[in-house]
This record gives sequence, structure tokens and C-alpha cells, in this order.
Amino acid sequence: MAGRAIVITSGKGGVGKTTTTANLGTGLALLGRKVVLIDADIGLRNLDVVMGLENRIVYDLVQVVEGQCKPHAALIRDKRVENLHLLPAAQTREKDAIRPEQMVELVETLKEDFDYILIDSPAGIEHGFRNAISGADSAIIVTTPEVSAVRDADRIIGLVESHGLHDPYLIVNRIRPEMVQRGDMLSIDDVLDILRIKLLGIVPDDQEIVVSTNRGEPVVFDRRTRSGQAYHNICRRIEGEDVPFMTMDTGFMQRLGRLLGIGGRRRNAN
Amino acid sequence: MLGYFNKLFRREPSSRTAKERLHLVLVHDRANLSPQILEALKEDLIEVISKYMEFDVDSIQVNLDSDESTVALVANIPIREVKRQLRHANS
Ligand SMILES: Nc1ncnc2c1ncn2[C@@H]1O[C@H](COP(=O)(O)OP(=O)(O)OP(=O)(O)O)[C@@H](O)[C@H]1O
Ligand SMILES: [Mg+2]
Repeated sequence: MAGRAIVITSGKGGVGKTTTTANLGTGLALLGRKVVLIDADIGLRNLDVVMGLENRIVYDLVQVVEGQCKPHAALIRDKRVENLHLLPAAQTREKDAIRPEQMVELVETLKEDFDYILIDSPAGIEHGFRNAISGADSAIIVTTPEVSAVRDADRIIGLVESHGLHDPYLIVNRIRPEMVQRGDMLSIDDVLDILRIKLLGIVPDDQEIVVSTNRGEPVVFDRRTRSGQAYHNICRRIEGEDVPFMTMDTGFMQRLGRLLGIGGRRRNAN
Repeated sequence: MLGYFNKLFRREPSSRTAKERLHLVLVHDRANLSPQILEALKEDLIEVISKYMEFDVDSIQVNLDSDESTVALVANIPIREVKRQLRHANS
């Protein structure tokens, strides 16, 4: 098996890398793929709690690269869906506890047994970020439609490309269609116009994400939620399917209006 | 009602302001060329311009100049002499 290693990164912190990694990993496993998630945010591990697997950690990433255990011994198997595994970050170590070559080697080993290796990158452009991207074949850049996040995304795109990860993909997270409609939020078009990379998906700002994170159950398990549907669509695109982008209609009245065939101007956010 | 007045007096949608500001800040960010690249650019410029005029290579300055709304590549190239054949070609 020759798996694909994809790093999820952003530059600016808190824009949704970990949430994205958890949901894409779970979503791809739900589509029947063998997936392993690597939390590369050493010292600030979070993917374990977002996935709801925090109580089952035995070994971590640093112990694996230091040879204290075999990679497979450190993987936590998700019991809710088949073929989904997590390699947690070390919580009490420094970011420079591993080197890029070690990441490359680890990812190569995991590629033999998994279809997808998703790497959750820490924020920033320093050591941890470099480790996270070094084993990857391609990159997904996450941004929110805000000036600071888009600016940092631009910087990160330059950096991942200079590291040989060409044509990174973009996910615009936390879009609020009603704000876009009244002109108070950058639209998907605006963001694409500025960053000029390929769009992989649009995820709405959704309270369900908070709820699902509280529970440790990625929202993609529930496809009735808008964000869950969005992540599901992204997974299908990663699998090569041509899935149209979600229309970002807002408000109940608008939806109702369209159902009844009145008013309901279709607004496409992409 | 308040919302209406806000709209009436608002200069432009904040998303447009955001986009304009981003464009600008990214021109600055992206123009943040490394000294090596600036040096390479300078050498290429010298090669091209010396086809047309003579100048003192050491006194050339190539810089990025920015103000609030634009970023410009500014090359200061004191000319010693325009090459004779070009002068004649035009007269
Ligand atoms: N689409 C969304 N809708 C609502 N809340 C969201 C959405 N995406 C992310 N969040 C929330 O934003 C916060 C930050 O998300 P997350 O931890 O995934 O970001 P991150 O980029 O991994 O952060 P860091 O840079 O610290 O690693 C979390 O509380 C998460 O629940
Ligand atoms: Mg994170």
C-alpha cells in the first residue's frame, strides 16, 4: 500500500486545523479508508481530546521517533469506526524533540499500512511546523475569512511551496453566510482571489462543532449538521469525486421561501 | 431603524475594506524579497540596461519603496552616457 500523507496547516493559530484533521480523518475512515492521524503539535496536544481518545494514550509521537516503541504500538484505535487511528503528540516535551528526517521516516513507514496519513500541524512557522510538513506529500491550508488569517495563509502557502509541497489546497472555515451577504465578511471568492489556490472546501461557522468537541465526537459523524455535511463533501473530494460546493443559503425564512418558490434568491458562497 | 442609518452612512461594506487592505498588505509581504533576490534582480537589470546606456555599476540602487497605497520597485541608475548609436537612431 502506498498511502498519501497530507499536512493540515494554517500559519495563524486557532483557525480550525485540529477540528479539520479530526473530521477529515473520521470522514475518510467512514468512507472505508485506512486512516492514521498524527498530532504534530508537540507540547500542546489537542487532537486526542477533539477525537475523544484522550483516555487511551499510552505512547506518543516522541517516544516512537526515539525508538521506545514501535509505531504501531503507539497508535490508538478508534472504536467507533473501523480503520481509524491516532498517534498522539507528546505533551511534556519541547517542539524540537523530533527532527524533520525522523518525521519523514515515520510517515514512510506508516504509508505501508494506511491509505491516508493526516498530520495536524501546530500554528506558526517554526520548528514544529517544519516537522509537520516534512513528511507530507501535499498540504491543506485552513483559513478563516479574516484579514489576519488570510494574510498568514498567504505566507504559509509560500513556505509549503518552497518546501516542495506544490499546489496546496484551501479550506475556508467558519464562514457565516449571512455576514457575507450583507458585505461584512470576506466571501469565498474574495479569499480565492487573494490566495489563488485551489478550493477544497467551505465549512460554515457552526455551533454543532462546539457541541461535538465537547463530546469528543467529530461532527462528521452526524451528516445532518451543516458542518458535518461540509466535511463529508471534502472527504469525497479528497477521494477524487467531483462534489459541488455547498450553497451557503442562510436563514430559515430564506430556505422556506425557496421551498415555496418565493423570493429565495440563491446565493452561492463559492 | 438604527441598522438602516448605519447602512446609510457606512462608507462601504467592511468586506471590501478587508479585501483592499489584504491586497495591499500582501503586496508588502510578498515584495519582501530576500537580499539575494534583490541582488540577482540588480544584476539582470544591469545586463539589460547596459545595452542602451553607460553607467557606473557601483552607484546603482535597487529598492522597494512603499507608501500607504502602493509598493514600487525603485531603481536609481545614474547615467554616464547614452550609447551613441541609439542617440543617432532617434534623430
Ligand atoms: N467551523 C467552526 N464553527 C465553529 N467553531 C469552530 C469551527 N472550526 C473551529 N471551531 C472552534 O475554534 C476553536 C479552534 O479550533 P481548532 O482547535 O481546530 O484550531 P487550530 O487551528 O487547531 O488551533 P491551534 O492553532 O491552537 O492548534 C475550537 O474551539 C473549535 O471548536
Ligand atoms: Mg490545533
